[in-house]
Amino acid sequence: MTTLLEVSGVSVTFDGFRAINNLSIQIGEPELRAVIGPNGAGKTTFMDIVTGKTRPDEGRVIWGEKSVSLLGMSESAIARAGIGRKFQKPTVFEEQTVRENLAMALRNKRGPFDVLFHKRSRKGAARIAELAEEIGLRDHLPRRAGALSHGQKQWLEIGMLLAQDPRLLLVDEPAAGMTPAEREHTTDILKRAAKTHAVMVIEHDMEFIRRLGCKVTVLHEGAVLAEGSLDHVTQNKEVIDVYLGR
Amino acid sequence: MTRPDITPRKGFLAENPSVSWFLGCLGLFTLGVTVLSQGFGPALLSTSMVKILGMTLCLCLIAVAMDVVWGYCGILSLGHFAFFGIGGYAIGMWLMYARTEGIVVESLANAPIPPTQAETRDAIATQIFGVVGSNELPALWAFAHSLPLQLVMVALVPGLLALVFGWLAFRSRVTGVYLSILTQAMTLALSLYLFQNDTGLRGNNGLSGLQNIPGLLHLPQSTIALWFFWASALALGLGYLLFAWLVSGKFGSVIRAIRDNEARVRFLGYHVESYKLLVFTLTAIVSGLAGALYYPQAGIINPAEIAPIASIYLAVWVAIGGRGRLYGAVIGAAVVSLASSWFTGGGAPDVNLGFYTINWTDWWLVLLGLGFVAVTLFFPRGISGLFDMLVRKP
Repeated sequence: MTTLLEVSGVSVTFDGFRAINNLSIQIGEPELRAVIGPNGAGKTTFMDIVTGKTRPDEGRVIWGEKSVSLLGMSESAIARAGIGRKFQKPTVFEEQTVRENLAMALRNKRGPFDVLFHKRSRKGAARIAELAEEIGLRDHLPRRAGALSHGQKQWLEIGMLLAQDPRLLLVDEPAAGMTPAEREHTTDILKRAAKTHAVMVIEHDMEFIRRLGCKVTVLHEGAVLAEGSLDHVTQNKEVIDVYLGR
Repeated sequence: MTRPDITPRKGFLAENPSVSWFLGCLGLFTLGVTVLSQGFGPALLSTSMVKILGMTLCLCLIAVAMDVVWGYCGILSLGHFAFFGIGGYAIGMWLMYARTEGIVVESLANAPIPPTQAETRDAIATQIFGVVGSNELPALWAFAHSLPLQLVMVALVPGLLALVFGWLAFRSRVTGVYLSILTQAMTLALSLYLFQNDTGLRGNNGLSGLQNIPGLLHLPQSTIALWFFWASALALGLGYLLFAWLVSGKFGSVIRAIRDNEARVRFLGYHVESYKLLVFTLTAIVSGLAGALYYPQAGIINPAEIAPIASIYLAVWVAIGGRGRLYGAVIGAAVVSLASSWFTGGGAPDVNLGFYTINWTDWWLVLLGLGFVAVTLFFPRGISGLFDMLVRKP
């Protein structure tokens, strides 16, 4: 396992509120990592920084073997470099079909002229069918994404993330609004992806994280409070105080 | 485990039946106008009516471009008529220059000493610019003697302006109403600039006599009007095909996604600004071409043509016709602009209410405004949205 993403000493302040405070975190490839923490701990802001949505006031975000800094890069360049993200609130393109959503996410050249002269290939179609099967939307491919249920939109977004085939998958609350059986399926997908990719999951549901069975990072007030196995962190006195005790 | 995608690969036209329908209707319309104007003489379809219809087709073409940039890509440009006007000016320069050259050469032919090239050029300049008190040909007119070069300008100048403007605006992530205001400012600035006498485009006089096509002066206007009508129909057909192809595939999918949530598109790895710039520039070029076909039929172009209100009308046509479906823009542009020339051209009889007489020339704008409000309130999908009700009954 080699280090894929290294965030060190990052701080960000919104109107005087320190959302991220000297945060350092690393993830290797392949690796599965869960990030937990109470509301306002900075979990989503952390993802915003990595994906280029938010610029930190200080600190470094280093990516890949060539140790490229992500801080000067645009959101789209970071995405092309291999970081994919699933948002907390499912954000799919509701006016378009499930197939179109997946096709847009599919790993292909992203330039306007590449896309303009893009030819639908049998391989791409097969990949879309495969993904649709995996996320249980096989029979919904021609449907408008806006007509899907909340849970199905979650699935579609997970499918889009897989379609991008990024090296690092940032997954924000994937299990929200899912039935127990669906949660189990989600853990399976994430665990499988983590065999070859770096996967970072933000989740509140402890049962879900237990099933992931991976290293856990606890965030609190914008910094790392504890890191280790789930059993290890849940026995940590500070973690119990700020998070689990309540 | 998986089944291969069994959707058969169909052709572009088979997947988009509305394109064939549109082209069929356009063809029938062109044929009808040709037969009516030629077969039955001007009594049934006058030359000026053929010109109005040809001009309407040009307006339909810029409306289709507007639908792509606004209805599909979500950029509410309120400046596309500037590109239309630039196209008109570019072709107008050649039309004026070449026709004036013909007149000058003819009048100097009887001179005892044959005129030098410089003398001819000076005479042309005096003819064209005497009206603004100048007798020099501005540098802007360097290519005006050549039709091919001016045709290049028709596409190049709007394209370059859109490219530079769009690059500056999109790069700074100016979106929504702020971008609309910027585009209004652009067209207003251009219009005010051209109103000045010393800009080399004859100030508020504009370019005139554009209906006289050099080299075709021996032909009656009825023939020329029909030729331009055909050219306009062809341009609309080709432009429609181009844009329908553009918005049908994956590119269309990406620009609609940009319209609905551009931030999300960025996280998928698409460089949103490049897409917007491509759409903005391409539609500007097509607008320029539409303008270059429109003004020889109108006969005159002046800076008032690119006043901010013109571009706002364009958005109104597309909104009334129905956004995001191309043919909606055509319907909106045709219906509203024809209605506009009927009401303001004295076609509509005054309504005498006894205590007040409604003169449509004054009241047309009120009617248009009410129509716009009604469409927005009751048919948010525009006139063409009514097709959905007919076709897809639940």
